[in-house]
Amino acid sequence: MLKYFRGKKGLQLFGLIGPGALWMLVLFNLPVLIVMFISFVERGRAGGIKLPPVYTMENYAQFFNACTSQFAGPECDPFLYLGIFGNSVRIGLIVTLWCILLGYPLSYFIAKQKPIWRDALMILVVIPFWTNFLVRTYALKSVLATEGLFNTFLTNLHIINQPLDLMFNEFGVIVGLIYGYLPFAILPMYASIEKFDHSLMEAASDLGAPPWRAFLKVMLPLTMPGVVAALVLVFVPVVGAFITPDIMGGGKVEMIGTLINRQFGVARNWPFGSAMSLILMLLVLVGVIYYFRSTTEETRRAM
Amino acid sequence: MASEFAVEMQDVVKQFVTPEGGILSAVNHVTMQIKDGEFFSLLGPSGCGKTTSLRMIAGLELPTDGKILIHGKDVSQVSAFQRPVNTVFQQYALFPHMTVEQNIGFGLEMMGVPRAERSKRVSEALAMVRLPGIEMRKPNQLSGGQQQRIALARALINKPEVLLLDEPLGALDLKLRKEMQLELKTLQREVGITFIYVTHDQEEALTMSDRIAVMSNGVALQIDQPEEIYERPATKFVADFIGETNFLDGVVRGQNGRDVEIDLPGSGTVHIESSRTFTTGQQVSVAVRPEKLTLKKEAQGGNNLKGRVEEVIYIGTDTHYGVRFAGSHKARVREQNATQANKEIAKSGDEVTVSFTRTSPRILTE
Ligand SMILES: Nc1ncnc2c1ncn2[C@@H]1O[C@H](COP(=O)(O)OP(=O)(O)O)[C@@H](O)[C@H]1O
Ligand SMILES: [Mg+2]
Repeated sequence: MLKYFRGKKGLQLFGLIGPGALWMLVLFNLPVLIVMFISFVERGRAGGIKLPPVYTMENYAQFFNACTSQFAGPECDPFLYLGIFGNSVRIGLIVTLWCILLGYPLSYFIAKQKPIWRDALMILVVIPFWTNFLVRTYALKSVLATEGLFNTFLTNLHIINQPLDLMFNEFGVIVGLIYGYLPFAILPMYASIEKFDHSLMEAASDLGAPPWRAFLKVMLPLTMPGVVAALVLVFVPVVGAFITPDIMGGGKVEMIGTLINRQFGVARNWPFGSAMSLILMLLVLVGVIYYFRSTTEETRRAM
Repeated sequence: MASEFAVEMQDVVKQFVTPEGGILSAVNHVTMQIKDGEFFSLLGPSGCGKTTSLRMIAGLELPTDGKILIHGKDVSQVSAFQRPVNTVFQQYALFPHMTVEQNIGFGLEMMGVPRAERSKRVSEALAMVRLPGIEMRKPNQLSGGQQQRIALARALINKPEVLLLDEPLGALDLKLRKEMQLELKTLQREVGITFIYVTHDQEEALTMSDRIAVMSNGVALQIDQPEEIYERPATKFVADFIGETNFLDGVVRGQNGRDVEIDLPGSGTVHIESSRTFTTGQQVSVAVRPEKLTLKKEAQGGNNLKGRVEEVIYIGTDTHYGVRFAGSHKARVREQNATQANKEIAKSGDEVTVSFTRTSPRILTE
């Protein structure tokens, strides 16, 4: 049997990539096709879909104009869902920006250390990955809550009289998301910065560039691939996040992820949830393709 | 200009903490004065502190102790980007994401020179290094030799008061290196800028420099013109590092004015002229270049030492003879192959007399 495979290049190749390809097909592509199918049919009364399926565009129409829903009241807001969508993108951009602003100097600092320290610090960066995301978010909750560590600390020191509202609002969600996704920003930026040849900064300085100009003209462009990777790795999951806005927002901050999550839960509207999932996927896809086109192409050619 | 010196290093020390936690003096109390318009070389083996010295002049490293002056102005604590010097780095350090034009124009851009003038001056600079018309290339599209010229143009375009070059030709092949040596020298005369040139290649230093500082272990052993360094080395290290030297260890027997009598135990006695004073019994080394020795069948005027030829190495223009004297002394003798007869002066195993004048050797004590 094995002998038969040997010497047959095509079969060998199939033997190597076959299992992985099958895995992707069954567990990734197929579900997407199913979601696509569900998004075009009417909902079932107790969740799921109506059987036999009735095809409709209603789910998409509802997203762009909330008032087309059969349950819409008289004072419905047609831009309800588009607004939540926009809000998610806005939060996604804020979180991504902060992750890059905080992550870049941190990556730089780590990359400048001696090898032993560098490894130790990078382990500290990835340690949170070993802990369940949910557990970490609850841990953060216990720090930021009204009776949490942070408020108790400040109150006891008489720096503040009233506990600060650090949770159950957008601030809490943003802090939670930054906390959760900072490592995703650090890893690719660290890789870029560590590879960066620091003698180029010396050359810039030698040619009369003050530190900040040397950074903008030399180091930033040359480490841009890491920044772009960080941007994609943070923005994509954050726009669709639902655990953090759920826990840290306490139901008061609506994001596209929590909205979709609800359609498959209490709202029991799978087709609408599926439609929104696909719209989100499309948006992320377009964004990522656009970004890789515009930025990486430029930096890639520069390398 | 406030001073006749372009650069002065006054008792400069640079210490590094080694990975093992010790302290290493890469540059150890170096004092030197580099004249305006001079082609000055720092010469020495790898690790002797040449690059560190250069980096301190550039401002990329701050001295642990001592002062650095550029045209009389103390710049010891001035940042690199504010010093009127530019560097051609050993690995060129061209910006990979910029075109040749952007690379060369970088310094001018930092000075705020408008784009139009910048691009005009970049073209001129490219013509100067004989690479016209490659403005739009990226560094990775250039050969090593071309990158080297771009690095040179990028530094020179800023008209620095001093140009620092760290083994700029080290990465080039021999033929290109010889070409560039000449070109650099010519260029330096044309632009009239002070060059401080780091190299470990003694031949390169001898041919290009107005003056040379020979360094070893962070110390400047001798600072002088090439002929002086070659003809009158101050220490055994200098004599050995620059060209080839025979060292004949001996003891001073006596001195009569400029005439020093030295006993080479077992091999004979020699008389050497020297302006310095030695004490009887002092251990010294008689340093003499192979080309200053001649092989004779019998003794002549001057110094004569009897020995036996141990090896004969024919190398085209010259023949080298390895001669062992009666004591433990050995010497290498270089004879030019000017005529056919010269090629057959001696064979291996022949008894010969090695002779040299009283003025050709140097008596070295350290
Ligand atoms: N940043 C540094 N940290 C520690 N040691 C250094 C550093 N830079 C240079 N050295 C040491 O200083 C000595 C002189 O180095 P360098 O000036 O580069 O020598 P050269 O250029 O003559 O080869 C070497 O022993 C080198 O290892
Ligand atoms: Mg060096």
